[in-house]
Amino acid sequence: MRRFSISSLLTEALNGHQGWERQWRNPTPKAAYDAIIIGGGGHGLGAAYYLAKEHGLTNIAVLEKGWIGGGNAGRNTTIIRSNYLYDESAALFEHAVKLWEGLSQELNYNVMFSQRGVLMLAHNVHDVQSFKRHVYSNRLNGIDNEWMTPEEAKDFCPPLNISPDIRYPVMGAALQRRGGTARHDAVVWGYARGADALGVDIIQNCEVIAITRGPDGAVTGVETSRGSIKTKKIGVSVAGHTSMVMGMAGVRMPLESFPLQALVSEPVKPCFPCVLMSNAVHAYISQSDKGELVIGAGTDQYVSYSQQGGLHITTHTLDAICELFPQFTRMKMLRSWGGIVDVTPDRSPIVGKTPVKGLYVNCGWGTGGFKATPGSAHVFAHTIARDEPHPINAPFTLDRFRTGRLIDEAAAAAVAH
Amino acid sequence: MAQSNRLPSGGRIDRAKPLAFTFNGKSVDGFAGDTVASALLANGIRLVGRSFKYHRPRGILTHGSDEPNALLKVDRGPGRADPNNRATVIEAVGGLKLSSQNHWPSLEHDIGAVNDRLSPVLVAGFYYKTFMWPRSFWDKLYEPKIRAAAGLGVAPDVPDADRYVHRNAHCDVLVVGAGPAGLAAALAASENGRRVILADEQAEMGGSLLAERTATIDGVSAAQWVAHALTTLAGRANVTLLPRTTAFGYYNHNHVVLTERVTDHLERPDPKLPRERLWQVRPAEVVIATGAHERPLSFADNDRPGIMLAESVRTYINRYGVAPGRRIVFATNGASAYAAAADAKAAGLDVTIVDTRPESAIGPEKALAAGIEILAGHTVVGSTGGKGLTGLIVAPFTAGKGVGARRTLPCDCAGISGGWTPSVHLFSQSRGKLIFRADIDAFVPGISVQKERSAGACKGTYGLSAILAEGWAAGSGAAGADGSRLFAAAPATPTGFAPARVLPTDDDPKKVRAFLDFQNDVTAKDIRLAVREGFESVEHVKRYTTNGMASDQGKTSNMAALGLLSEILEKPIPQVGTTTFRPPYTPVTFGAIIGSARGQLFDPIRTAPLHEWAVEHGAKFENVSLWRRAWYFPKAGEDMHAAVARECKAVRESVGIFDASTLGKIEVKGPDAAEFLNRIYPNAWLKLEPGKCRYGLMLKEDGFIFDDGVVARLAPDLFHVTTTTGGAPRVLAHMEDYLQTEWPDLNVFATSTTEEWAVIALQGPKARDVLQPFVTGIDLAGEAFPHMAVRVGEICGVPTRLMRVSFTGEMGFEINVPADHARAVWEALYDYGQRFGITPYGTEAMHVLRAERGFIIVGQETDGTVTPEDLGLGGMVSKVKRDFVGKRSLARPDMALADRKQLVGLASLDGRTVLDEGAQIVADPAQAVPMTMLGHVTSSYLSPSLGHPIALALVAGGRTRMGETLHVTTPAGFTTVKVTAPVFVDPEGKRVNGVQTEGALHA
Ligand SMILES: Cc1cc2nc3c(=O)[nH]c(=O)nc-3n(C[C@H](O)[C@H](O)[C@H](O)COP(=O)(O)OP(=O)(O)OC[C@H]3O[C@@H](n4cnc5c(N)ncnc54)[C@H](O)[C@@H]3O)c2cc1C
Repeated sequence: MRRFSISSLLTEALNGHQGWERQWRNPTPKAAYDAIIIGGGGHGLGAAYYLAKEHGLTNIAVLEKGWIGGGNAGRNTTIIRSNYLYDESAALFEHAVKLWEGLSQELNYNVMFSQRGVLMLAHNVHDVQSFKRHVYSNRLNGIDNEWMTPEEAKDFCPPLNISPDIRYPVMGAALQRRGGTARHDAVVWGYARGADALGVDIIQNCEVIAITRGPDGAVTGVETSRGSIKTKKIGVSVAGHTSMVMGMAGVRMPLESFPLQALVSEPVKPCFPCVLMSNAVHAYISQSDKGELVIGAGTDQYVSYSQQGGLHITTHTLDAICELFPQFTRMKMLRSWGGIVDVTPDRSPIVGKTPVKGLYVNCGWGTGGFKATPGSAHVFAHTIARDEPHPINAPFTLDRFRTGRLIDEAAAAAVAH
Repeated sequence: MAQSNRLPSGGRIDRAKPLAFTFNGKSVDGFAGDTVASALLANGIRLVGRSFKYHRPRGILTHGSDEPNALLKVDRGPGRADPNNRATVIEAVGGLKLSSQNHWPSLEHDIGAVNDRLSPVLVAGFYYKTFMWPRSFWDKLYEPKIRAAAGLGVAPDVPDADRYVHRNAHCDVLVVGAGPAGLAAALAASENGRRVILADEQAEMGGSLLAERTATIDGVSAAQWVAHALTTLAGRANVTLLPRTTAFGYYNHNHVVLTERVTDHLERPDPKLPRERLWQVRPAEVVIATGAHERPLSFADNDRPGIMLAESVRTYINRYGVAPGRRIVFATNGASAYAAAADAKAAGLDVTIVDTRPESAIGPEKALAAGIEILAGHTVVGSTGGKGLTGLIVAPFTAGKGVGARRTLPCDCAGISGGWTPSVHLFSQSRGKLIFRADIDAFVPGISVQKERSAGACKGTYGLSAILAEGWAAGSGAAGADGSRLFAAAPATPTGFAPARVLPTDDDPKKVRAFLDFQNDVTAKDIRLAVREGFESVEHVKRYTTNGMASDQGKTSNMAALGLLSEILEKPIPQVGTTTFRPPYTPVTFGAIIGSARGQLFDPIRTAPLHEWAVEHGAKFENVSLWRRAWYFPKAGEDMHAAVARECKAVRESVGIFDASTLGKIEVKGPDAAEFLNRIYPNAWLKLEPGKCRYGLMLKEDGFIFDDGVVARLAPDLFHVTTTTGGAPRVLAHMEDYLQTEWPDLNVFATSTTEEWAVIALQGPKARDVLQPFVTGIDLAGEAFPHMAVRVGEICGVPTRLMRVSFTGEMGFEINVPADHARAVWEALYDYGQRFGITPYGTEAMHVLRAERGFIIVGQETDGTVTPEDLGLGGMVSKVKRDFVGKRSLARPDMALADRKQLVGLASLDGRTVLDEGAQIVADPAQAVPMTMLGHVTSSYLSPSLGHPIALALVAGGRTRMGETLHVTTPAGFTTVKVTAPVFVDPEGKRVNGVQTEGALHA
């Protein structure tokens, strides 16, 4: 792999950039692999990278039905934080944030992880109680998160309207300074390039249409739009389409899929210094490096696989954004889009083994799995390689819906992303 | 400034109405009917902006909404300034203040232009390859620098002075686009009384016909035909004409959303008018007649100010009476530019045509160019000039033989034409499938998914007669008539082009910078680099190079990149793919989208019938879901704490009065009502007698508590269900969900009656004394009307459902009265109650009182992970019922674990510290991080009745920890507590029966 650096960039600048290599190959699928990851999103490509890098499994492939990063990995609003309430989630997301902190160097790809701080607004007494609960819990878990008065919040985020006469005045905020954003495409491409360099085959335009199983029930391979491929281990990492792919192996998942929308404004000069979230009024906003205001909306009320959500959902979000930032009504929406998110009953992911031998699943990240990408990929690789979960993902079993040992972050705080 | 480039005559501008605005502080003259772009050009201004990345000088490229370069800040006065407006669509209005963007110190002298020198380094995706060392520099140095450089204009920083409104409309046929196809469609569709809406983004309807010099339709000039069509349409009562209105989004169920610019074109708008109006239209049928966009040509330095699209040159001349230059070179690969050249010549300008096609491939369009020099078989290899074009460098080119000797054609304007791209955005947004037509090198609508049809250039039809006929047929078809009509248009429209990706050059292709995406500064080289690096999917190329992601949404660049990609990959275009078009078609203001939903209308405030009384009595309020509720009633000099203490004391010692009207109320009625509640709640309902109340916890399927409330049985088939304030809509939806999907066999109706009944709570030892004189038809005596009874009777002469219930631990009544009579009843009770010191109390005192008595609040003691057993209310869950919502989940192994978090009380050991709600609880505060947390504080108050703090908490295995010492977080560290029972006042519950337990109460 040709290393990226300022010197390689300058060298190439003199050479008309003729010397850059492909960031990943375009291989034809082999007849068999030691393991297959279905889904070329951040989670799938990351898992392949760690399988090759940390577990020596290099004869593996990532199968992607379209182009890598074309799913939620390339559609999300890129909010990253780890100030989750429960020990299990805090450990998982903090594992990810620690990896984020060194990811550009690890991958030799600038993923633009920007720790600009994530500010979560409290608008009522219930929010205040809930956020303080988070702040205290995070403190005891060694995760940064601090409680702020409205004035302190405004100091940190000057555009914020803390006037007491808005519909839902700001009563305080929780700030995770280490939270922030990253460049989503770069994460996908960085993992793809890293995995490819370690020998992983990244196969695009290759849709899995069936999972084959042997007489003992264990997986034996997949049927794809590019032919059949044999393997003894399959890691499913297909986000919104998990129910469908797991259905191919006869496993019913406790998931519902919804369209989730986002939008960006036209690019403007820096005017928004951090990531701001308001769960009470349903608004998420940050400014991208390019200058666009990136705004996350909610999910549709009804389950669907249509990547086009209704305008009323975006409208509701912009209502909230303009209530908090009345100066933005003259800004313009440039693009809006949707992605299909897979939601579990307790709003926490499922990462682990399944009732089918050789079949592993990583799903249920719902509206908030981008932030987990490196951490999730890392422990999923461990699970696939060792056929047992990493201690960090051990609680995130499929079985918990049977036993009742839920990790209900949403119930605890009604927090989305 | 003088209008040096205004032609002496012609154009659709009104020369009798001059106007002036400023651009970067300098005055610019124009006429009514000008766009800002046409006025700038008339004043000889070519340099209008700087590009995003390289800060290259840029001019006006187009004459419409596809403009990538000419983005200006518009200032219409205080609170009315905004960035990134396209000069080509802003109507010239006297007094506007316009300025260019993205430069420092000035447009002419921009330091940022060093980026252009650095362009060999700043190629597509360069930032992914560097800025990684040292690690900490990204946040601190590199990123802030990149950010400061990025972004075009400056966001407004003061609230908007304008208003926006929404309008819903239904019609039979919505026609989008009022060019020839759209006009013909609207005429046909409206012939027989069908309701038609015709919308066009431009100020004037007529589309391309407004720029026709010689065309005639059915024997009259194009302009006359347009005027006649518009008169006809305006005369039909069933037609709504919406100029300045862009259809920006095509959503599911034929939902098309338009935005109408109402006042931006007015110098002194009526203040009653909104700035923009958003139309949500639900047409039965849609005719898309959105035309086509001309493609630029790609060659070295094709972005100099003065280079514009050939059709734009034509439009500025014919429609606006402006010469974009005096010496114009048209560079083209097809026929349409010949019409532009002919019109430029007719306007007296010096014209040359450079055609990339060999002489032999030039068709009948040649006749249009009589008297014009044509350099056939020539390529363009560059341009000259700095901040304005001075010449085009051309050279003969023969396929297979290469590029010949260069020569420079001096010019101050170049009209470039690379062919046409149908505007299929709305069709694609409707989820229709595009198909590729190689003969016109473009995607056109294929299979429809919704009720729409395309007509004219947006469908790849370019001849005027054919466009008109197609428009007519589409309009007629959409109206259900399937009529047809022929139109005689002359002269024949010059059509056809030989697709060219990047023009052949004799330069080192590694060095040539031929721009595809002008705004984002993406060159053909960048596309090649992306492919070299393995980005082969069109979406990857787009994301890696940012081609097509600028504010013009790729209208002039997408096709160019796609064509080039197909050439590099040696794959036909349809196999390379096209990107999906998503709303909006052009950027839409947030204001238009939100309409009037600001302030109070953002989320309507709900107030209870007694709200005004509370306002008059000085209450402070809190938001509780959509409601605004009285929080406490401070007397002069009292802070919240003092007020709440006084209110609580009054309830415990005498009587308090509280507005509980926000509680959700649902009337459950029908022969199966009891059976229904028996399934919805975990406790038993069948045997509850009419006249009695019961407390119910409602579970979700997962077995966790979801809502609670008292239910009164009024008759065998009638229950009055109460819910929490915030939970009312959820509970009704939950009930309906089960009634409609799980148990459709049950004969039950659930109706919200929250707003029908106001609820006045009278609580305290003297509650009955206050109530007694007003009630008729109900015996209030203890035995006759015990705790948890309900009676129907009258109070103050109005009907009441009177419940003997208590959420304070004191003897209490909840008086349901029709909302309209609430104030009269309340005032009667309040006046009479004065003799007992009756005290109005708010939600805060209510919270404290119930916590003293150990009553939970759903959402505070519960968080969606709590079972009845966890709260010590396991006894409420029937062991014998066959089924109820949540039963199966309660049987899961985890629900029986001993270490589940259970409700307990906490007493601060120091007797002073009021714990933080949300604080975490540990056994050993000295342990290492991450610590083992046992639970958290759910409620915490300084108890006025007891004179010391009380707290409720959920603690792992809490009920086995009575008396244990634990540690609770504080902002500074930890404080020590003892675990107690979660009831602090009157554990035996005697006070509700009027038994005084004074001993337990301190003052
Ligand atoms: C609008 C939006 C905003 C969001 N905002 C945030 C945020 O701010 N912060 C955050 O943390 N998270 C956010 N998320 C969630 C986050 O994007 C996802 O949780 C995460 O990206 C999912 O993991 P992934 O990247 O691997 O998924 P994906 O990128 O969706 O990867 C799954 C891949 O599987 C492929 N696939 C599916 N079926 C098959 C098949 N049969 N064969 C082969 N391949 C298949 C798909 O094509 C896709 O590429 C957001 C999501 C959306 C939609």
